[in-house]
Amino acid sequence: MTATGTRTGRRMLGVHAAAVYGFFYAPILLLVVFSFSGDRLVGQWGGFTLDWYREFLDNEQLTAFHDGAIWTSLKVAAVSTVVSVVLGTLAALSLERFRFRGQRVFDALLYLPIIIPDVTMGIMMLIFFSEAITFADTYLGFEFAKGLQTIIISHIAFNISFVSVVVRARLAGMDDRLEEAAMDLYATRWQTFTHVTFPQILPGILGGALLALTLSLDDVVVTQFSAGPGATTLPVFVFSLIRKGVTPMINAVSVVMLVASLVLIAMMLLADGLRAEADETA
Amino acid sequence: MTAIDIPEADRVTLEFEALAQRQARRRGFLLALPAWIYLIVFFAVPFGIVVVYSFATRTSRGGVALSDWNLASYERLGEELVRNVLIRSLGLALLTTVICLVVAYPFAYFMTTLSARVRNLMLVFVMIPFWTNFLVRNYAWRLILAEDGPWNTTAEAFGIDTVIDWIIDLPGWIAPDFLVGWLVDVPEPLFTKLAVILGLVYSFLPFMILPLYASIERIDGALLEASRDLYANARQSFVRVLLPLSMPGVVAGSILVFVPSLGAYVTPDILGGGKEVLLGSYIVTQFGTARNFPFGASLSVVLMVVMLTATIGYFRSGGRNL
Repeated sequence: MTATGTRTGRRMLGVHAAAVYGFFYAPILLLVVFSFSGDRLVGQWGGFTLDWYREFLDNEQLTAFHDGAIWTSLKVAAVSTVVSVVLGTLAALSLERFRFRGQRVFDALLYLPIIIPDVTMGIMMLIFFSEAITFADTYLGFEFAKGLQTIIISHIAFNISFVSVVVRARLAGMDDRLEEAAMDLYATRWQTFTHVTFPQILPGILGGALLALTLSLDDVVVTQFSAGPGATTLPVFVFSLIRKGVTPMINAVSVVMLVASLVLIAMMLLADGLRAEADETA
Repeated sequence: MTAIDIPEADRVTLEFEALAQRQARRRGFLLALPAWIYLIVFFAVPFGIVVVYSFATRTSRGGVALSDWNLASYERLGEELVRNVLIRSLGLALLTTVICLVVAYPFAYFMTTLSARVRNLMLVFVMIPFWTNFLVRNYAWRLILAEDGPWNTTAEAFGIDTVIDWIIDLPGWIAPDFLVGWLVDVPEPLFTKLAVILGLVYSFLPFMILPLYASIERIDGALLEASRDLYANARQSFVRVLLPLSMPGVVAGSILVFVPSLGAYVTPDILGGGKEVLLGSYIVTQFGTARNFPFGASLSVVLMVVMLTATIGYFRSGGRNL
């Protein structure tokens, strides 16, 4: 596309774009500013303070080592990311590099968790776990309750798909003649994978892992329906706090979550740069 | 020589190739197997259970009787209360989609007219809110719209109340009822549908910008120039050239905004205060206080059907390429 249109038209478009960015960033900036406000009422300025951050750090339910909401979130994110990266990468390889029976059905099934509304997925997991608990109790003779494990199971269920989409995009963009060349030079399949394919798709795997981490740390709805009374993640805990009534402490927690998001985004951009670099050297 | 009469050496090659192919097929299947099994057990089975539940009967104690299969839960969709929830949710999702489209289109178009470096930078700054924690972004609006918060104070300082009172007093043909219905909430939007729309647009606007940008960027600018050379005015070249060519982006973006808006649960809860009952929260209620699992399941199935239809439309419109 090239520029067309009048000068005033372009200026109006420029102003509009600036307004859109204002719309995107003003709320985030205001949230950061008000998290330092000394006023008890949310959204009013009452002088600079760090009280709310202190209150947040002192909150046992949030920060207690091992079973605080923050730790639960980190554990869930770490485990679900590792598992879904392995399963998602294998799935991506099978879909991009092989033809097998049932492939189209598998492909479709892999897309569903991405597009399904989170309320529906939450309800699915809620009913599934309650049925599974009864089933295990009556037929298999063992008991389990909803908690950390069930949250992790749900997170893996949606993360596999996101990882596989990112890795597939990377595989599709990769020149498969490189793999053929390696095999022509008598590399075994395994050697081809470890020496050629894997280093090439590594940026994609990294990108997928960061996406999985972000989604896991973000999720409220699916987690809420998979969690038991014992374990809550940070977003679910914050959501329940907001429903009870807003306090300045929530501002502080939100800013902490915001910073975590921004760190992950920075890492994603970095992985993207890595990807671009790998493509240039290839 | 007939077709069957293949020399020994060639036959060996053929057999070898068939074997290699079979092996590759098995390898592909084995690679997919772990994810296959996982998704069947922890996604397809739960999905199936919801569908089964939607045909079950609610027991008097709020449990589910897995017998007496019936369509009662689906018949309830016709009830006035339920129909209102569905219509309201569809309306809000549609309105969100239209607002996102109107805001995103000029923005995406403007991006395509800039140099590659500026464009990439702008894209990054669209992506950042997109990746930022969803709950936090919605909560930020709760803070802005809070009583005596930034929104209230600004609105008061500009005398918005007076302006709106003045508009409301205008005759009906200038300020129709539905417009007035939205305007009255402007001074204090928290816990009204205005706040919900604001939150939904804020949450999903990047979903509209990205596919629109991708599809407009691909249009050959010479076509627009040609239309202008042939004396089309700005409006004509937009309606007859730019818009039709960017239709895949419009369809893709609209579906990407419409589907999550329809199922939205967090935004209406935080910003609407649960006063505006929408499909997402209505479904959740069936599994909470109302304890009517079959009905909740049937509502979920409705939501899934809408989503699947939209997704098929998305791929038909070439969404996979965006």
